[in-house]
Amino acid sequence: MTELAPSRTDSSPAGDCHAEWKKGGAEATGLDLAAAREKLATRRGPAYWRSLEELSEAPEFGELLDREFPRFAAEWPDGVSRRNFLQLAAASLGLAGLTACTRQPIEKIVPWLKQPEQVLPGKPLHFATSMTLSGVAIGLLVESHGGRPTKIEGNPDHPASLGGTDAVSQASVLGLYDPDRSQHAARLGRIGSWNDFSNELAAALRAQDALGGSGLRLLTGPTTSPTEARLIGELRSRFPQAQWHRWDPLADAGRRHALAAALGVPLEARFDLASADVILALESDFLTSGPGAVRYAHDFASRRRVAEGSAAMNRLYAAESSPSPTGSVADHRLRLRPSAIPRAVQALAAHLGVAGVSASPPESPALDEATARWIAAVATDLAAHPGRALVVAGETLPAAVHVLVAAIHEKLGASGATVLYTAPLEAEPVDPLASLAELLADLQAGKVDLLLISGVNPVYDAPADLEVARILRESRGHRFHHGLYDDETAEYCHWHLPAAHYLESWGDARAYDGTASLVQPLIEPLYSGKTLSEILAAMLGRGGESAYDLLRETWASGHTALSAALSDDAFRKLLHDGLSAGSATPATVPALVSVTAVAAAASAIAALPAPSENDLELALRPDPSVLDGRFANNGWLQELPKPITKLTWDNAVLLSPRTAERLGVHGEQVVEITTTEGRKASGPVWILPGQADGVATVHLGYGRTRAGKVANEIGFSAYVLQTASSRWGSTSITVRKTGDQVKLATTQGHHAIDWMREESEQAAVRAVVRQASLAEYRANPNFAHGEGHAAGGLDTSVSFHPGFEYKGYAWGMAIDLNSCTGCNACVVACQAENNIPVVGKDQVARGREMHWIRIDRYFQGDIDAPAGIASQPIVCMQCEQAPCEVVCPVAATTHSTEGLNDMVYNRCVGTRYCANNCPYKVRRFNFLLYQDWETEQFKLQRNPDVTVRSRGVMEKCTYCVQRINRVRLAADRDQVQVADGEIRTACQQACPTRAIHFGNLNDVSSDVVAMKKNSRNYSLLEELGTRPRTTYLAMVKNPNPELAA
Amino acid sequence: MSLAPADHLIPKPFGTPSEVPVIAPGHSPASVTDKISSVVFGRMPLWFYAGMAVMFGGVMMLLAALTKLVFVGIGIWGNNNPVGWGFDIINFVWWIGIGHAGTLISAILLLLNQEWRTSINRFAEAMTLFAVACALIFPLFHTGRPWLAIYWLLPYPNTMAIWPNFRSPLIWDVFAVSTYGAVSLLFWFIGLLPDLASFRDRTKKAWQKRTYGALSMGWRGSARHWHNYESAYLLLAGLSTPLVLSVHSVVSFDFAVGQVPGWHATIFPPYFVAGAVFAGFAMVLTLMIPLRKFFGLQDFITMKHMDNMGKVMLVTGLIVGYGYLVEIFTAWYSGNIYEWYMMRNRVFGPYRWIWMSLILCNVLAIQPLWFARARKSIAALWIISMFVNFGMWFERFVIIPTSLHRDFLPGSWGMYYPTRWDFATFFGTIGLFMALMFLFVRVLPSIAMFEMKTLTTDARVKGGSHG
Repeated sequence: MTELAPSRTDSSPAGDCHAEWKKGGAEATGLDLAAAREKLATRRGPAYWRSLEELSEAPEFGELLDREFPRFAAEWPDGVSRRNFLQLAAASLGLAGLTACTRQPIEKIVPWLKQPEQVLPGKPLHFATSMTLSGVAIGLLVESHGGRPTKIEGNPDHPASLGGTDAVSQASVLGLYDPDRSQHAARLGRIGSWNDFSNELAAALRAQDALGGSGLRLLTGPTTSPTEARLIGELRSRFPQAQWHRWDPLADAGRRHALAAALGVPLEARFDLASADVILALESDFLTSGPGAVRYAHDFASRRRVAEGSAAMNRLYAAESSPSPTGSVADHRLRLRPSAIPRAVQALAAHLGVAGVSASPPESPALDEATARWIAAVATDLAAHPGRALVVAGETLPAAVHVLVAAIHEKLGASGATVLYTAPLEAEPVDPLASLAELLADLQAGKVDLLLISGVNPVYDAPADLEVARILRESRGHRFHHGLYDDETAEYCHWHLPAAHYLESWGDARAYDGTASLVQPLIEPLYSGKTLSEILAAMLGRGGESAYDLLRETWASGHTALSAALSDDAFRKLLHDGLSAGSATPATVPALVSVTAVAAAASAIAALPAPSENDLELALRPDPSVLDGRFANNGWLQELPKPITKLTWDNAVLLSPRTAERLGVHGEQVVEITTTEGRKASGPVWILPGQADGVATVHLGYGRTRAGKVANEIGFSAYVLQTASSRWGSTSITVRKTGDQVKLATTQGHHAIDWMREESEQAAVRAVVRQASLAEYRANPNFAHGEGHAAGGLDTSVSFHPGFEYKGYAWGMAIDLNSCTGCNACVVACQAENNIPVVGKDQVARGREMHWIRIDRYFQGDIDAPAGIASQPIVCMQCEQAPCEVVCPVAATTHSTEGLNDMVYNRCVGTRYCANNCPYKVRRFNFLLYQDWETEQFKLQRNPDVTVRSRGVMEKCTYCVQRINRVRLAADRDQVQVADGEIRTACQQACPTRAIHFGNLNDVSSDVVAMKKNSRNYSLLEELGTRPRTTYLAMVKNPNPELAA
Repeated sequence: MSLAPADHLIPKPFGTPSEVPVIAPGHSPASVTDKISSVVFGRMPLWFYAGMAVMFGGVMMLLAALTKLVFVGIGIWGNNNPVGWGFDIINFVWWIGIGHAGTLISAILLLLNQEWRTSINRFAEAMTLFAVACALIFPLFHTGRPWLAIYWLLPYPNTMAIWPNFRSPLIWDVFAVSTYGAVSLLFWFIGLLPDLASFRDRTKKAWQKRTYGALSMGWRGSARHWHNYESAYLLLAGLSTPLVLSVHSVVSFDFAVGQVPGWHATIFPPYFVAGAVFAGFAMVLTLMIPLRKFFGLQDFITMKHMDNMGKVMLVTGLIVGYGYLVEIFTAWYSGNIYEWYMMRNRVFGPYRWIWMSLILCNVLAIQPLWFARARKSIAALWIISMFVNFGMWFERFVIIPTSLHRDFLPGSWGMYYPTRWDFATFFGTIGLFMALMFLFVRVLPSIAMFEMKTLTTDARVKGGSHG
């Protein structure tokens, strides 16, 4: 068993839990395992643990335990079988700290007489680790129940997280327990052993020794890991002619290369949103996607928390082709086709007076009037805030745009202020597309004898015209695939090796700002998976070294520029914290952007094809939930309603209402897209208000064939439309109706826009999502109460009944609509924390999704160009006068003395009257047995503190009553009051922007009381007299007075 | 229809001004008994057995549907968020409503001394019982855990030390409907006693004699028996009368107590009661017209009955129509955007064709009943009654799913689509109902023989409570 370094426990000090055991073994000479086994075997009955206790006092054990981090045997063990693992997992608490050298005999479990320190059955521990996406890490704290990870939280100390997470990291814990993960090494589809693999590998490498490694190729995703970099470096010194290729379907290295071209050296850019007063987002959803998104969202929101007399609010402009969370939060949003964005940037640069850009180059067509006016206003605003302005250009924009943006930043004095240029995070950054193309050329030329593919799936997600599958199939030489799943690429390789999930791995990586982050496992690999570092070590002939050893080596030898050599204590502190504080890459002062580079960029933009108004453009984008398809088999992410569209379980061809009308297509009709390059794909149409006219947006990541039971055949693959030269779309496509129809499952009604046209429904929406401009707010801080049905606020104190006095704790929640971006982290967090089942596409289409928190999305204004897109998270309001409580015939839902509406699953007989009577429709009914009782792995993920509901009972948000109870019981036992912030609901904790505030309303100094005292605070549907404990803070936008909208 | 020549010799019964008799002239008590018993003791034509087989097939379908439901879950139906109640409660209310006609005819018309109730009350009362039986299937099986709901909704002292929640209309339903069922059963059974005794005395077969004998509970027809009988019957009629008003008012509270727009209306109790009587009379007509034709009971169920039932249908239908108008007016007059949207959604929204059918069936189709010609045409009455049966079902659809699917927060709006299991369960209950009716007609006197006998010339007795 591997040692876990606890980081966050409630009462025990962080420290060495083995210190006392260590003391006992000073004089030991060696451990006779046979003798130990004999001792164990001769003990009888329930005294097992007592005997171990006695054994541990023995000098032999002391010696063994002196080495806290046990070594694996020299040969590759086939690993623990699943059955053994499950037995071990159950006993893992007791085994923490003991070596795995001895095979654990099957024993009955009895409680300890003396607990190991910090380990308490029923009390979870938290360990710091990191999750990487395209090599970039986000720091996490993972909650571990009984030796297995059940819930992901953000690491409050980590600069990339500050406590928040995103939907993808919240859902990653389910990926660990995915039963479709590959569980064995496989050779040509049949189960093989690690030993056979290592023999074959060793043989192939011996042959390469003579060739200097000229036939050896390594293909991985981008990595920022110092350990991996070190090992690959060692590999290259052993095989000087070997090549290391990178592939990443998500990122376009255009930005980095553009910066390299413009500024002379390869540089990375990161943003400081907290100091930006004016921000322009160009085709960039920087608040929810991309490295650093969680931190950016946090910083952005910190400048939008408005209260009377508060500091100045920032202003966000967004120009995008498809509505995104960033666009929905923006104060001004412009719908712009991707082909028009470069010209818009050029116009912006011209307005700002960037050298090298002429005002209106004669060759390029002019922007339309509305866009030109918009750009002009933005330019004025940006220029009015020198040093506090920021332009974020999305990664799908051409390199020339990034050059102009760099020049714009220089002009605005943003460099070093809101934009920080640093050395690249990646070890040896390359352009992934060029790197992959090079590898494919080598494969085709027959130069490759041995190819190791690790952690990437180019057969599925590389541009179709690269023909990766064909080239792999036709190439000679060994091909080894190392990955979590036996996926599309594994099909074309001789060996498939199961990878260790990050929750099972030792490793390191760097965050968006360069902070060195550590990855430590929460559980031993379920299926004997190995990390890339272990495979590289095997290639170096050091197959006996565990991932831990390799990691420790990196950090012991001062190998990284990040730190000096670390002692054991210092390393343990690093593991405890999860990061190396202060290791962010320092900002460099870049060279000035050369005028020639700018001019070249301007003329490149002018030379870009300019589609006419009637042309239909294609935009290919990573999916908000499954990204490039790597998470396609994750049920939580498939069922997650995508921001704005609220689609689940499918991708679609997103069209604006006007474009759909022009093409004569309706929603759910299947159309065939043909790109200018001649590539075809078919998919269903989805009409999306706010989509730019003449643009069809298709999300990547669907249509997988070997992803697992959840993902196979879901949606359609848009990668077939992608070519290497135009990865992110096509300038002119044709669309043809196939005559088919497909049902799309959406959680928020097909016709969410039909009702909008009526004035009275507008009044309803205005009452549901209340909003004002900053000027209006300053003039009338109580605007949120003057609207709707109760001008001046409803006096809900009028009643014949004296009402219940909530002495003690009174739980309440306030959700700041100004902070919510609609990123969905809270939805997945709630699902993970509360054992909420996945119901599948058919059930979602019938309206039976089970999410306890949902994000309602409202369009405001015109159907073609909505003036606003609002996101409103809805949880159980825990009404003081709950309509649901009155009508339940069996009293299965009652009110607690702390103000919670308690749902008693055992008592519920399922009449559903409560759900009918709830005006907020927050209740969810188990229409069928949605929980998976069978799959063993999912049982491990479930939170043991929350009941797993069966068929026929109602469930709903409980304000995470299990968390409340745990803290309150501990406080009661210690005879203190629960402090503010000690209890955080899952949604509150996951939210990157801190939009959700929860606490004790009877604590006048608490954060939630301050929020509710804010004049923006209002209750939803307060005229019904439900007196909800969950209230909202109305949205305040900061529009530019120059711009009409 | 004209009277027989010796009409002037027949003293006009108290309270019957029209010239159409409630019983055709020329009948004696013996002929009454003979005719009515012939349905039970005579030979049944083939179509009867065929019909019974079809209806029994319906019962099997119901059994299959309920078994699947209990083993798989409510998910086989179309219910979802936000429409927690669909066909299940629509059918419940529809069936309960249908049952009200029987009690009104039996009890209220008795207390009002309406003679014309005599030939239809037994049959209508049986219809009530079977309708209540069909209705009760739904509150039990629409729950997610019916094996617990069956007893947790009852107030019994238990180890959990918890009573049901008496504030919930569903518990009021439990009391109301169970009371209704119990009182109706008792009322019906007591009414049957003299006729069961007649059957006991008439039948030749030993097993029939024993069965009817046991059921008739030792009825001898003595003066004492009749005296007790009359008291009991009157008492039960008195008990049943308020039930006609209260039961469906309580059922309407299921909705009126909720705050869903479209449910939360004070018009509901009287509107539902009127609707129940409306639906009930329609179903009585639907069943009675074929029964009368196929078994030749025109002498007992005369045009007078048809005429009166038509009138009751018209009156209650107009009250229901008034209810629709009031709802629309109130929704507009209130200025409440949710109520007004709900009303416009009913009329113009995705379920508008159901609302339009409702108006066609319940408001327009009954208008011919103003005219005597329509009320005297058997075919017209039957067609109109079928329209009303559908119409009342559509009304419950309009009230339940149409109100639920779009309420306060547009973010939670959805659509309701019933599944084949919804239909199977519903048609299964129709099969059950009809199978029970078939059985009843075959095994028990479908017209109250002894009451009819009091209407014949021989037995004309003034001052008795049977008129």
